[in-house]
Amino acid sequence: MKPTSARPSTRHLIIAVPWFWLALFFLLPFLFVLKISLSEPTLAQPPYMDLIREIEDGFVTLVINFSNYQLLLEDSLYLSALWGSLKVAAISTLFCLLIGYPMAYAIARSPLHWRLPLLMLIILPFWTSFLIRIYAWIGILKANGLLNNLLMGLGLIDSPLAIMHTPLAVYIGVVYNYLPFVVLPLYATLIRLDLTLLEAAADLGCRPWKQFLLITLPLSMPGVIAGAMLVFIPVMGEFVIPDLLGGPDTLMLGKLMWTEFFSNKDWPLASSLAALLLVVLILPFVLLRHFERRSEEGNP
Amino acid sequence: MKQRLPLLITILLFGYAFLYIPIASLIVYSFNESRLVTVWSGFSTQWYSKLLENEQLLGAAWLSVQIAALTATLAVVLGTLAALALVRFRRFLGRGSLEVMVTAPLVMPDVIIGLSLLLLFVAMEGLIGWPAGRGMTTIVIAHTTFAMAYVAVVVQSRLAHMDLSLEEAALDLGARPLKVFFTITLPIIAPALIAGWLLAFTLSLDDLVVASFVSGPGATTLPMVVYSSVRLGVSPEINALATIIVALVTLAVLIAGFVLWRQEKQNRLDAH
Repeated sequence: MKPTSARPSTRHLIIAVPWFWLALFFLLPFLFVLKISLSEPTLAQPPYMDLIREIEDGFVTLVINFSNYQLLLEDSLYLSALWGSLKVAAISTLFCLLIGYPMAYAIARSPLHWRLPLLMLIILPFWTSFLIRIYAWIGILKANGLLNNLLMGLGLIDSPLAIMHTPLAVYIGVVYNYLPFVVLPLYATLIRLDLTLLEAAADLGCRPWKQFLLITLPLSMPGVIAGAMLVFIPVMGEFVIPDLLGGPDTLMLGKLMWTEFFSNKDWPLASSLAALLLVVLILPFVLLRHFERRSEEGNP
Repeated sequence: MKQRLPLLITILLFGYAFLYIPIASLIVYSFNESRLVTVWSGFSTQWYSKLLENEQLLGAAWLSVQIAALTATLAVVLGTLAALALVRFRRFLGRGSLEVMVTAPLVMPDVIIGLSLLLLFVAMEGLIGWPAGRGMTTIVIAHTTFAMAYVAVVVQSRLAHMDLSLEEAALDLGARPLKVFFTITLPIIAPALIAGWLLAFTLSLDDLVVASFVSGPGATTLPMVVYSSVRLGVSPEINALATIIVALVTLAVLIAGFVLWRQEKQNRLDAH
């Protein structure tokens, strides 16, 4: 089908069907988040007041309530949750890059017939259940878990290390689950790297480490940023990992939103938290789009 | 480059050990006799038979499989249409918004997708009476919305690298565009459609957060059951379930890999 070959009606249908689906079920819902975040909670089903209310017959009034946002700014709980999310997302993104970059590099430099199986092995854990991969870490990290048993058996420690329900457990869980998301884009940029540049540098007497810092690393930056954002953005809203591996002091936006919604049944406050999260994520998302487009353009 | 080979191999060994040791520990301890998951007390398959007697879990698993199959099928249709629009039509009204709407669900935190869709469903029910209540239908709609984005990405890359001359030849010989699509384009992008279907199926089967928001009282999916049992503590039955899932996934990946490999080989033979 050349661009011109499809009949206009078919063409319109191909565009309109996915466009309207996503507009209705992906874009429009954000307007409802905004709307409910401006309403008051109430004991009813659904548990929020309408913005437009009839006061006397025929008279309607619009009640906009900013108190949820006011609470987000005034109660330190919410700002520390925002800070906690930023911290966990940033640190685990850094560790994903520190572990993922050498792996992607090693796969990209491996013999041709090894690359596909090695990549498959990176993706394979991603196909097994996310919940179960986190569950596996509970068995390893808990007080009488595998790691503590091993270290105590070797005589390296006397009493179990407290790793479960600490920030460290959350970092381990996040890095473990999000590692494929940095390895794949990094591999894609590293495999396209023009090796003759490195040969030229070596011929001119450039040391391997300098070659890496001056050529490989700068040229793989689009992959680094894309991979970093693929981790950073979803981790900002992560709920399952801090809930199962973290402790009560692990404050993160996604977990707090879940509690406000499911335990406190405060839909308006949960909505304002979602709105806050969305605003924070706009900049990382723009970065991701920019660098993904750049790496697409580099694609022959 | 050669003197760095041992370093590269060491990096890979450590990396893969990090990825696979947790999964291996699940499998080993699923055959443990003791209820204490991390104390080995002898080989047993009792947790597998316990698992098969757990009717709540089996019911949830069946519901999840139905939801995942429906989701995957819908997501392949919608995702392929989106990919066709983005790859084949260079300029159209709404292209920019379609691009953003196809990329954003890939990274959007699932708590936001879940909450926003729930609010939409509640508002729609109030306005037009549909969807009446929440359950399987609302979960399928929610899962399709994020899964179609993944399908679109997979199909897009296949379409972008496809040789257009076959389609052009068929059109020049007078075949109708729709016929060209079904007899030429579709078979060529079929591997991407299968990969997309499997990916959407797994994403749906795996989702806890979105489903928790948009589900109703009657619809409890497998991840919800697993989540509540994990919250209560580590249980050997979950190890047995994990082992079954890992075995099925490995089998599926091996079959897919074998089929792709045979197809590539056939293509290479045909080319000569």
